[in-house]
Amino acid sequence: MTLNDLQQTKDAELAARKRIVLRCCLAASCSSSGSKGVKERLEKAVSEAGLQGEVEVRGVGCMKLCCEGPLVAADPANTLYVKVTPDNAAAIIAALRGGKCTLPQADPGSPFFALQEAIVLANCGVIDPERIEAYIAADGYLALHEVLAEMAPKEVVDAIVKSGLRGRGGAGFPTGLKWGTVAKSPGAKKYIICNADEGDPGAFMDRSVLESDPHLVLEGMAIAAYAVGADQGFIYVRAEYPLAISRLQNAIRQAKRVGLLGSGIFESPFNFNVDIRIGAGAFVCGEETALMASVEGKRGTPRPRPPFPAERGLWDCPTLINNVETFANVAPILRRGADWFAGIGTEKSKGTKVFALAGKIRNTGLIEVPMGTPLRRIVEQMGGGAPAGGAIKAVQTGGPSGGCIPAPHLDTPVDYESLTKLGSIMGSGGMIVMDETTRMVDVARFFMEFCMDESCGKCIPCRAGTVQMHQLLEKILARRATARDLAKLEELCDMVRNTSLCGLGQTAPNPVLSTLRFFRNEYEELLQPELHAAPPLTAKA
Amino acid sequence: MAAKTLIIDGKQVSAENHTTILQAATDNGIAIPTLCHLEGVYDVGACRLCIVEVKGTAKLLPACTTRIYEGMEVTTDSERLRKYRRMTLELLFAERNHICAVCVANGHCELQALAYGLGMDHVRYDYCNPAWAVDASHRFMGMDHNRCILCTRCVRVCWHIEGAGTKNVAGRGTKSRIISDLNEPWGDSTTCTSCGKCVLACPTGALFHKGDTAGESVRDRSKLGFIVNAREKQQWTV
Repeated sequence: MTLNDLQQTKDAELAARKRIVLRCCLAASCSSSGSKGVKERLEKAVSEAGLQGEVEVRGVGCMKLCCEGPLVAADPANTLYVKVTPDNAAAIIAALRGGKCTLPQADPGSPFFALQEAIVLANCGVIDPERIEAYIAADGYLALHEVLAEMAPKEVVDAIVKSGLRGRGGAGFPTGLKWGTVAKSPGAKKYIICNADEGDPGAFMDRSVLESDPHLVLEGMAIAAYAVGADQGFIYVRAEYPLAISRLQNAIRQAKRVGLLGSGIFESPFNFNVDIRIGAGAFVCGEETALMASVEGKRGTPRPRPPFPAERGLWDCPTLINNVETFANVAPILRRGADWFAGIGTEKSKGTKVFALAGKIRNTGLIEVPMGTPLRRIVEQMGGGAPAGGAIKAVQTGGPSGGCIPAPHLDTPVDYESLTKLGSIMGSGGMIVMDETTRMVDVARFFMEFCMDESCGKCIPCRAGTVQMHQLLEKILARRATARDLAKLEELCDMVRNTSLCGLGQTAPNPVLSTLRFFRNEYEELLQPELHAAPPLTAKA
Repeated sequence: MAAKTLIIDGKQVSAENHTTILQAATDNGIAIPTLCHLEGVYDVGACRLCIVEVKGTAKLLPACTTRIYEGMEVTTDSERLRKYRRMTLELLFAERNHICAVCVANGHCELQALAYGLGMDHVRYDYCNPAWAVDASHRFMGMDHNRCILCTRCVRVCWHIEGAGTKNVAGRGTKSRIISDLNEPWGDSTTCTSCGKCVLACPTGALFHKGDTAGESVRDRSKLGFIVNAREKQQWTV
């Protein structure tokens, strides 16, 4: 593959493009509500109407408004049909010919779509994720070519540093700094890992990216590999994402076939191979050291850091490990420039962030917004607020490691620092909205149960502490607890947070702590009076 | 090898480069409580009893896996650390059955000794009372999962000293357990060499030699009859 070949592929793809495109979402959410059948009927209807020369029915990735699926979009009219059934196919074709259409539609100009800014999701729901030509036609792999042909590895690292990109897995570590550390670590063999073990309840950003634009992630990984001097990559993806796995496998196969992965990429001396490792369903394997143990074929348990993966990771070699969304930002940054990227977002949080909107909200789905967007804009304008006119009570971010942000703080801008200040975290992008019917102690109990079940069992505070915290929460909910139990719960939160081995345990108390901070009255309302007076602390003289 | 100087509990000490805080402290007569640490096998930093405060770091660090550096200032004992360590022990005692009076390890148990040493005189949490089985299928040794604290010392000695690789951890969270081979009865294990190192390594009464348990200490009264019979009837056979 050369730059010329890349251009030819793009030209051929654009030349073959038909006047009208019917985009049919085939990502996990829509296909689980029957979008495959919709696509088949659309194809049939097109050929029956003799429109094959004019209309293309294209299977695409996520079109974001998941709650209204199956979704079908008609270009260039920019019509978005919602809740499409196979029987609607004929009506959609008729509408293409100028007929009157009574099918339910969503307004592509509504705030849900208009307020989005797509970098990571630019191709999502637009291109066919199963064809590498479609990705190339959207300027795919151009950045990789430029990097290999014109940039030294150090320059690539510098560009990422300059862009201000921070890890999208949750903690927000500066990506360029991490790349620089791996690049500087001595060692002939280095590895790249893409963490696609997305496990937070209510989070589906990474799944959507992998299902909708797998080549974007592969290109980002290849660029990273060149920058740090690695030649082997692994994508660790959970087994619960079969569609993402099959699209990745397909994408890797295609990229290898045309020479965009493998040996001598773009006729340079750079080699890079990617393999998939499938997780067996343990949440803790999203923690980087546990993930690496799992890739090595061992029991997926974390180990103390340091040494950090950048020094000693996979098989003790320097390893760069980034999240799916982080890698997905890489190619756009190099294609459009670090300054362009650094111009989006806030002073310390650059670029955009993808969120999965879920819970008690009208528009559930996938959104990508610039960093610093106020939470209120996301949940009220874009999300449409709570269904049936209810009031939003809180927004949970960061999954079991995060916290609840109460309604009075909805004007908080979404960036790493602001969310941390409120006792929550940016997290990987799950955003669960709660309305007045949600009991906050219930929420805390739910997440504690999750952490208890997902604790690997290696360190005592997390293994046994989550069990006791869960029991105390159950006791509070059953109205059997007293103020002393609540004090015990708070003491355990402090202990588990400070003494646990890995991030899972260290952040497991967060949902309790943040609900206690803003909704303490809900806990206190459930407490019972003490049956016995507290024993004297010191013996009487 | 280059030496580093550091301060542990206000005492200036020196230790070789690359040693751990635990090693440096032990060499200088400063005791740090440990449970999963075992001389001779690598450390995993799992029990969190050896956590120490290091000046300049907000996080508490496990002494067994944290390397020393020049000028490091370590506090191994403080009110906060003692409280956390006591709570860790309380959590362990509440997790499974650790009733000392009926345990083979009573009196020579590291968990018991730590509880005494740290003044953990009662458990404030509800006991979980899980019903774990006892694997007595092996000819010489037994495993009582109720006593297990999942320190994985047995797993590490089995893999890295004996090289048999019989012991492993299965399950997760509080339902984790030590298994033999692919979760078979220990007596059916084809890899176990019956070396007994796991029993030597176990800090509690979870792994024991058969015959050591209270229930097995049967008095053989027939010996008395034999002697009396021999003395009175001059008969030396039973």
